[in-house]
Amino acid sequence: MSNNQWKRLSLVLITGLASVASSAADLVIYSARNEQLIKPLFDAYQKKTGVEIQFITDKEGPLLARLQAEGANTPADVLLTVDAGNLWQAAQVGVLQPVQSETLSKNIPTHLRDPGNQWFGFSVRARAMFFNPDKIQASALSSYEQLADRSIAGKLCLRTSKKVYNQSLVAMMIAEHGEEKTEKVVKGWVSNLALPPFPDDTKLLEAIAEPRSPCAVGIANTYYFGRLMEKQPQLKLNLFWPNQASSGVHVNISGAGVTKHAKHRQAAIAFLEWLSSEQAQNLFADANMEYPVNPNVKAAEFVTAWGPYKANLINVAKAGELQVQATMLMDRAGYK
Amino acid sequence: MFKTTSLISTRTISGGIEQAPFAHTSVYFFAALTALPLLVLLSSFLDTDAQIWAHLRRYVLPQISLNTLLLTVGVAALTAVLGVGLAWLTAMFRFPGVRFFAWGLMLPLAMPAYVLAFVQTGLFDFGGALRELAYTLGLADWLPNVRSLPGTIMIMTGAFYPYVYLLARNAFLTQGQRALEVGASLGLSPRQAFFRVALPLARPWIFAGVLLVVMETLADFGVVAITGVDTFTTAIYKSWFAFFSLPTASQLACLLMLLALVLLVLEQRTRKARRYLPTGRQAMIRRQKLHGWRAAACFAVCTAVLLIVFVVPVLQLSVWAWQESQGEFDWRYFGFAWNSLSVSLMAAAIVLSVAWQIGRVQRQQVSPAMNWAIRISTLGYAIPGAVLAVAIFLPMAWLDTRAAAWLDGSCWFSGSLVALLAAYAIRFMAVGAGPMQAGWQRISAHHDMISHSLGVSGFALFRRVHWPLLRMPALTASLLVFVDVMKELPITLMMRPFGWDTLAIRIFEWTSEGQWQQAALPSLLLVLVGLLPVYLLARQRDDKF
Repeated sequence: MSNNQWKRLSLVLITGLASVASSAADLVIYSARNEQLIKPLFDAYQKKTGVEIQFITDKEGPLLARLQAEGANTPADVLLTVDAGNLWQAAQVGVLQPVQSETLSKNIPTHLRDPGNQWFGFSVRARAMFFNPDKIQASALSSYEQLADRSIAGKLCLRTSKKVYNQSLVAMMIAEHGEEKTEKVVKGWVSNLALPPFPDDTKLLEAIAEPRSPCAVGIANTYYFGRLMEKQPQLKLNLFWPNQASSGVHVNISGAGVTKHAKHRQAAIAFLEWLSSEQAQNLFADANMEYPVNPNVKAAEFVTAWGPYKANLINVAKAGELQVQATMLMDRAGYK
Repeated sequence: MFKTTSLISTRTISGGIEQAPFAHTSVYFFAALTALPLLVLLSSFLDTDAQIWAHLRRYVLPQISLNTLLLTVGVAALTAVLGVGLAWLTAMFRFPGVRFFAWGLMLPLAMPAYVLAFVQTGLFDFGGALRELAYTLGLADWLPNVRSLPGTIMIMTGAFYPYVYLLARNAFLTQGQRALEVGASLGLSPRQAFFRVALPLARPWIFAGVLLVVMETLADFGVVAITGVDTFTTAIYKSWFAFFSLPTASQLACLLMLLALVLLVLEQRTRKARRYLPTGRQAMIRRQKLHGWRAAACFAVCTAVLLIVFVVPVLQLSVWAWQESQGEFDWRYFGFAWNSLSVSLMAAAIVLSVAWQIGRVQRQQVSPAMNWAIRISTLGYAIPGAVLAVAIFLPMAWLDTRAAAWLDGSCWFSGSLVALLAAYAIRFMAVGAGPMQAGWQRISAHHDMISHSLGVSGFALFRRVHWPLLRMPALTASLLVFVDVMKELPITLMMRPFGWDTLAIRIFEWTSEGQWQQAALPSLLLVLVGLLPVYLLARQRDDKF
């Protein structure tokens, strides 16, 4: 046995059941996106290219802390998350590296990737409005901002401000209107609330659909609506595309970046490029009824049926940049 | 070896107990291990963000401090009343179904608090079964609001009362008939016997149980995230996830730790003043047979508790699993279940072996250093899981980096089962130590001394004297740790090896995007696997009816 093998053996003995396997994979991914949404994608990629992918799922915060703690020693090549704020933060603390790729630049619109090329969006998550036609007319609705009007009093229901989707939404409003006006809008929302904020989008949508609840309108991601309607198409729940006359619907991304200390850098870039390709885009987005980022790829039929919409074109990096400010603003406005 | 005087003089009792250097060393070693992540948390004070703190102080802390206080006091009080009450009923009386209730009331242990929370809110939410029923019956106005502070207290009480129940019942069963008989001969009614004899004698057990509940409540994030009540943990996660400030989150966690430490010290102070040795022979409790309305009332109370916190939730989970998880169940689930089962068993064994030593050491007059070592060993339970996970991960990642410099390797420590087990031990030592500390208190120094004088020591002492008396506390400790590890999420998420998933991880995969109903199948399986040890413990109990 060589000297190194002896060292290895002794270390295995010391750590008992140490995972020697971690170096066996061709690509290692840390993902905040659900296993059931990413596994089919990894399987398809492995089948196509033979590249063996190892992955672990966790929440964004712990994954980022883990990457930082592991430093140069990290096994991870790619960080995958479900919102721009955390990708922005990952770039901020220096765990990602810039990637210059023509394919990625071509396939992904500018506002859905990092200006510094450290991360890229792979699916679009539109945060639209939903209403119950028995309780409120579409003509009474227009924009996120308008939900603060007195006319909506006692009809609005929202998800908790602790969810990053709402923090991003408010961050983008700050980017557009400034802090003062945004705070006024959020305070208006709070005073219009019919019930205390809900823990997730599904519960919120169910409350809007329920004929006996006071919730008439609310804000949620479209895929929650899709999931719900697929199961219960009879629900009294309509989608409304807000801000069509102004800045457009707030969109977030599910995205990824190559880690700074990636051991398989080329494999990681190749994988991201494949993710932006037409074949993968449908797999990626359709699994969760999201929108593909690649403008040449059409969304699933079920999703396109919701109609076209104008999306907000401010770079999603702003969501991360202004997240702290947005969360503090919501605290001040009393939005729980 | 022993002078005859030492059998008489109580001053030299501690000298009569074997010194057990191994026990001391192992407790110090474990305390040092636990101190590592705690030091990591404390080091966060080197990096204070004044802006975030100013914001928290003004807009967040006042409300969450009040909420946390009310929640903790409420849950502690209700679990104490419910746990002790049910333990007393099932330990001392005979009424219809008591044979089943005695262990049946432990069943909710297998149900993770976050699962109970999403089931209960699901029942009462719009579209929920109970709400629909209430509409049909015209009782909608009477529906309680589960997403509220009182609702959260109720849910946590349902999830956590078994800690108190198990420990209190242990105390009632082992305190012996003699004490109660003495009470009776002095003319005490059963009620007086309960309040003036049994309750004071069971105090260390009840305190240990309530302390576990309090720590669990303080560290909980799963339930409050569902019911929308903002507590200290909410602020911790807000600082971390929304303000991107892990140092602030760690600082807040240190405050929680400090609070737990104060409670621990207070509990010890009050306990130290008394001794809790068993009164004479451990005679079997003679259960009083109840008749008429008393028997019916006991039956009704036990049934109601079980229905609300276990039967109805399990039925709801079954319905959801049937509706939503067609095709979800496959061969992988055997792997998930096996991983959950095996890692929980191993963790329970590790925690028990250390907790055993903690209880054994603490029985003696211990040095202040040892006293602190014991307190530090149990602090991990009061820290929110995800924060503790990071704090444990950091030193391990540091070790990995050192190992990598020495070798071409990658992650040796942080991705291994050994590391995961160590992390569980740090998190759940309090759960094992509580029953063991209370159990060891019942073994008098005279037991050991007399054994020694009869030539019984070493392994024989353990087998013939200690084990028979500590069997129940040891089984209780193992059971509690087992189910707690099985339900654990943040540490498992962060430290599990690649491709190594458990039932709890499976629940996370669905609930992280709010798909509660799809999580029903893994939840149900988790409950089922968790029932195994409950059933085994039930068969082991030494109270025959």
